[in-house]
Amino acid sequence: MFLLIVLPHIDLLIMSFRYEDFDGQVSWSFKNYLNFFKEPIYWLTFVRTAIYSILVTFLTFVIALPVAFYITKVVNPKYQGFLLVLLLLPFWVSELVRVYGWMILLRESGVINHFLLKLGILNQPIEMLYRDATMILGLVYTSMLFMVVPITSVLDSLDNSLIEAAYDLGANMWTILFKIIIPHATPGIVSGSIVVFMLTLGNYLTPNLMGGKNSLWFTEQIYNQFIASFNWNQGSAFGFLLLVLSSILVWLGLKLTRQDLKKVVQ
Amino acid sequence: MQIALSVKQVTKAFDDFVAVNNVSFDVADGSFFSILGPSGCGKTTLLRMIAGLTEPASGTIEIRGKSMLGISPNKRPVNLIFQHLALFPMMNVGENIAFGLRRRGETKAIINKKVKTILERVDLAGFDSKKIDQLSGGQKQRVAIARCLVLEPAVLLLDEPLGALDLKLREQMKVELKKLQAKVGTTFVYITHDQSEALVMSDQVAVMNQGVFEQIDTPQNLYNHPETPFVAQFVGDNNAWSGRIRKCDDKTAEIETAEGTRFHTKVRVMLKPGAEVDLFLRPEAMLIQPDPSLTRLNRFEVIVKDLLFDGANSRLLAHPLHADMELLIALPQTRQYDYIQKNDKIEIGWDEKSGICFPRN
Repeated sequence: MFLLIVLPHIDLLIMSFRYEDFDGQVSWSFKNYLNFFKEPIYWLTFVRTAIYSILVTFLTFVIALPVAFYITKVVNPKYQGFLLVLLLLPFWVSELVRVYGWMILLRESGVINHFLLKLGILNQPIEMLYRDATMILGLVYTSMLFMVVPITSVLDSLDNSLIEAAYDLGANMWTILFKIIIPHATPGIVSGSIVVFMLTLGNYLTPNLMGGKNSLWFTEQIYNQFIASFNWNQGSAFGFLLLVLSSILVWLGLKLTRQDLKKVVQ
Repeated sequence: MQIALSVKQVTKAFDDFVAVNNVSFDVADGSFFSILGPSGCGKTTLLRMIAGLTEPASGTIEIRGKSMLGISPNKRPVNLIFQHLALFPMMNVGENIAFGLRRRGETKAIINKKVKTILERVDLAGFDSKKIDQLSGGQKQRVAIARCLVLEPAVLLLDEPLGALDLKLREQMKVELKKLQAKVGTTFVYITHDQSEALVMSDQVAVMNQGVFEQIDTPQNLYNHPETPFVAQFVGDNNAWSGRIRKCDDKTAEIETAEGTRFHTKVRVMLKPGAEVDLFLRPEAMLIQPDPSLTRLNRFEVIVKDLLFDGANSRLLAHPLHADMELLIALPQTRQYDYIQKNDKIEIGWDEKSGICFPRN
């Protein structure tokens, strides 16, 4: 644990405070961090990444809640396991393959364009890849399972008679959702959100392949620093900024929902 | 007498299993009505149809003269107390009780006042801010009742709410529930498999078996004048004999039991000689060593197999001579019968009026 996680991070932390000037002289400095604030492209990507990650988390939650509710409460218990396996199925192939699958569907000469042209809805193919919306679609798709599974497990423990009792006492569908189901499912929702948020924030593949050059993700900036510019010091500084960002947002999320990290992680 | 709830020819089937079969009954306003039946007899399905959580396949349900068909549970003037109470653990006691009032959009001041009044009524004044898991079983029970009563429903439905309590508390809640019902005057429809709950609390009891109502009557009549063999056996304890009619007029019959004993018993209808019958006899209808001066008794001898001491409810387990059936005989704890030991031979007598006789079909 110490060797695998803490040690490399300490090394990166030290590196992020080292600055190599043009003569190759290495010295202690905050310049790496200051660079981040000086260059708008850096912090704009940073903010963009944060906001989009929150958006992806929220969208995933909005889609996952009905799915989880359907699996636990509506469908015949016989098929519950089957449906969960169905959700799991895409994860048997690597993320790379899944993303390429989407690209085959969405690209200019792809399957969807082909059908839309055949049906006469479009006159000429449109490029659906390399847009923000496409990237968000890809990220939500990748994250679904990590939201559905924790929500399914908390909804499983929700007694059906609570829903019926609320209905009997005069509540409508929305009141039941907001007063009974969501409060009960909060620990699952929060733990799912943390996982989805962190995975999205740190995702490199999907934004890179589906978002392309038009949708820059902060991980791409880090990659660029490490690999393209060989500036490991700057890269580590960015890495730490991302770590701080995710910690602050998770902490904020826990505070807002009044949840305990220990309880949520269980 | 106003009718609070009227159920007419209601039927409900799940796949090919008929849960409720052509059931009709009326419940008078302000009365305590129980539906008593073994588990799986369809009583919960019936109650859920009244609450609106299940739709009947056919028949109508009227509450205060208004048809409830197609009206969703949140719009019906009935409330259901669930078997496991279904209190909302994410809310405190006050919020639980206010839940229904908030849905009606009543003002905060009125809600607070009503919650306070109802909590006093169920002896839980000052419990507003307690959490549900801080309450004892009996207190939860009362919160569940308060949560429904505060909405002043036309009919309050109760689905075996005492089932989860321990015996002592259950006995206590039985009396409390009856008192509370008398105090608030709300119509209660109570379902249970526990005959003692039904008999103690109810004005009227319907005995349900395999989806149909066997008998609707007062608790006294159910016990003393059961109309079907099922009611005779399900309500209270009964000893059953099988036998054959020897002679019969429209009031009494002479029956010969399978092992050859002859009894005189009252009958409800005239039966043909030779007809096969079931004869039921309550444990307390049998007198131990009756006085010889009582001439109109059916008398026979039994061997005592065991003494089942249970306080006021003590019994003798015995079998008649020349027969391998078992009889339960009430053993009054008046010390008069303390001499009876295991394997003693004693005489038993019973009056022909206490026999209950049904033709077997």
